[in-house]
Amino acid sequence: MSTPTLTRPSARRSAPRQSRPGRRAQGWKKLGWVLFFLLPSAIPLTVFTLVPMVSSLWVSLHKWNLISPMQWVGLDNYTNLLSDPMTRRVFLHTLIYVAGYLPLVYAGGLGLALVLNQRLKGRAFLRATYFLPVVTSWVVVALVWKWLLNPANGLVNQILGALGLGQPGWWTDPHWALPAVILSSAWKDLGFVMVILLAGLQAIPSDVHEAALVDGANGWQRFWRITLPLLSPSTFFVVVISLINGFQVFDQVYVMTAGGPSGSSQVVVGQIYDLTFRYGRAGEASALSWILFAVILVITVFQIRGQRKWVHYA
Amino acid sequence: MRRFWLYAAVLIGAAVMLFPFLWTVITSITPEGSLADGPKLIVHNPTLDAYRTLLDAMPIWRILINSLLIAGASTVLQLITGSMAAYGFARLHFPLKNVVFGCYLATLMVPLQVLVVPLFIEMKTLNLQDTYFALLAPTIASAFGVFLLRQAVTAVPTELDEAATIDGAGHLRIFTTIVLPLIRPALATVAVFAFMGSWNSFLWPLVVIRSPEFMTLPLGLSTLQGQFTTQWDVVMAGSVVSIVPIAVVYLLAQRHIIAGVAHTGIK
Repeated sequence: MSTPTLTRPSARRSAPRQSRPGRRAQGWKKLGWVLFFLLPSAIPLTVFTLVPMVSSLWVSLHKWNLISPMQWVGLDNYTNLLSDPMTRRVFLHTLIYVAGYLPLVYAGGLGLALVLNQRLKGRAFLRATYFLPVVTSWVVVALVWKWLLNPANGLVNQILGALGLGQPGWWTDPHWALPAVILSSAWKDLGFVMVILLAGLQAIPSDVHEAALVDGANGWQRFWRITLPLLSPSTFFVVVISLINGFQVFDQVYVMTAGGPSGSSQVVVGQIYDLTFRYGRAGEASALSWILFAVILVITVFQIRGQRKWVHYA
Repeated sequence: MRRFWLYAAVLIGAAVMLFPFLWTVITSITPEGSLADGPKLIVHNPTLDAYRTLLDAMPIWRILINSLLIAGASTVLQLITGSMAAYGFARLHFPLKNVVFGCYLATLMVPLQVLVVPLFIEMKTLNLQDTYFALLAPTIASAFGVFLLRQAVTAVPTELDEAATIDGAGHLRIFTTIVLPLIRPALATVAVFAFMGSWNSFLWPLVVIRSPEFMTLPLGLSTLQGQFTTQWDVVMAGSVVSIVPIAVVYLLAQRHIIAGVAHTGIK
């Protein structure tokens, strides 16, 4: 807005005689600035994101093993995948993962945020401690947890044993492989959820709580009637992001269980990876990645639409 | 009394968070054989053998430098490309601006997994697989950074630009001397996320890198696991090497992360 008002006087001074070429020259100059500021990001985003996006759709319509020429199959990849029980299985595992992970990480993150929002000594240190796993790579976290959850001599099973409890086979037992992944994921992401909810808690005006206190509301009532509703925008953000990330779970599965034992923890992205690089079925892999994208998109759109019912913006 | 329990709970929680790291360090200096007896808190004969084995097993220095190089380059590039685009979107007026910005946001919504196969093919066609450039390519610009920085630039009052324009400053001067210094907190947040993203990224390097000389830390670590399934001290030594740099980066920028999250509208 500022540029036109400021340049107008000078433009007007020289306007009558050379108005057209002058304006055109200025237009080119303006375009030059736009290109100067935008091209450094636009070129890489186009070449390394937009082009692959479009070509992935193209690949998904072909049969292709990455080596021999592509063979047009139309929508066959999609129809094959939709009728393949393997697809249902990996989506089910992904759903179980999300359903286990989200409540854990939200409840844990909320509890932490509530506590660390109070005036405690060493609060900064504690926040840093809880955030440390967030900055650590999945590979390290998965390795460390794989080792802590080692069924034979892992620390967790030693403690469970000492307490006289059962010692699950964790990643060697088909029933426990997915829960093992869920546990370590929740542990890692707790700090991230905590930070988002802390930011939300700090945005709640303190007089709301004081008013409720005057009205005689107890701690429990204040939590349910005030804190939780006023935290709903942050909750919404956490849920949306966790669902998007949860459906894309891969690193920790690949390192901890590699989808095993016997496919019991294989997730959608793991399947995409295996289809491409183990079985040479790039067309189907591309189709599966677009199905996954569609699922995530639909869920996200539904959430954004549904937010009016429960998200209160103060 | 309530405070006591609060402290107890928080400290136990903190221990649960820190314990795996502590344990990682302890295991990495435990003499190899004693691992079979199960974990111990006190190491009787601490040794750096695991680190020596690590050095012999893989070019760990090379891998560390690769990771630092790629994460550093992608951080710097994302700050440059992101802040420039942010200025462009916040301060310049051009036709179809909203459409262009919409395209930027669209790239944000596409999961990496959708891109992995065609991106791999692109690199293969251009004969770029197994290169530094291939590792760097998808992280030169990030729509997330552009989005976050645009918010920050928009928050800078335009009166400042106007005053500078009267003084004869052009876009480049305004951008470098007025806008950039004022959006420093947002730049720090983007820097941390960019560094973290690149440092920890696994899927893309896994796909595009074959030879050990271009490996990054997450890749190197995952191959360690295959080679040393029984020698956890070596695997944990590798983990320590990978955690320390990112922990340092995080501690340096910690203040900015929590403030950055609170101020970027993610509330």
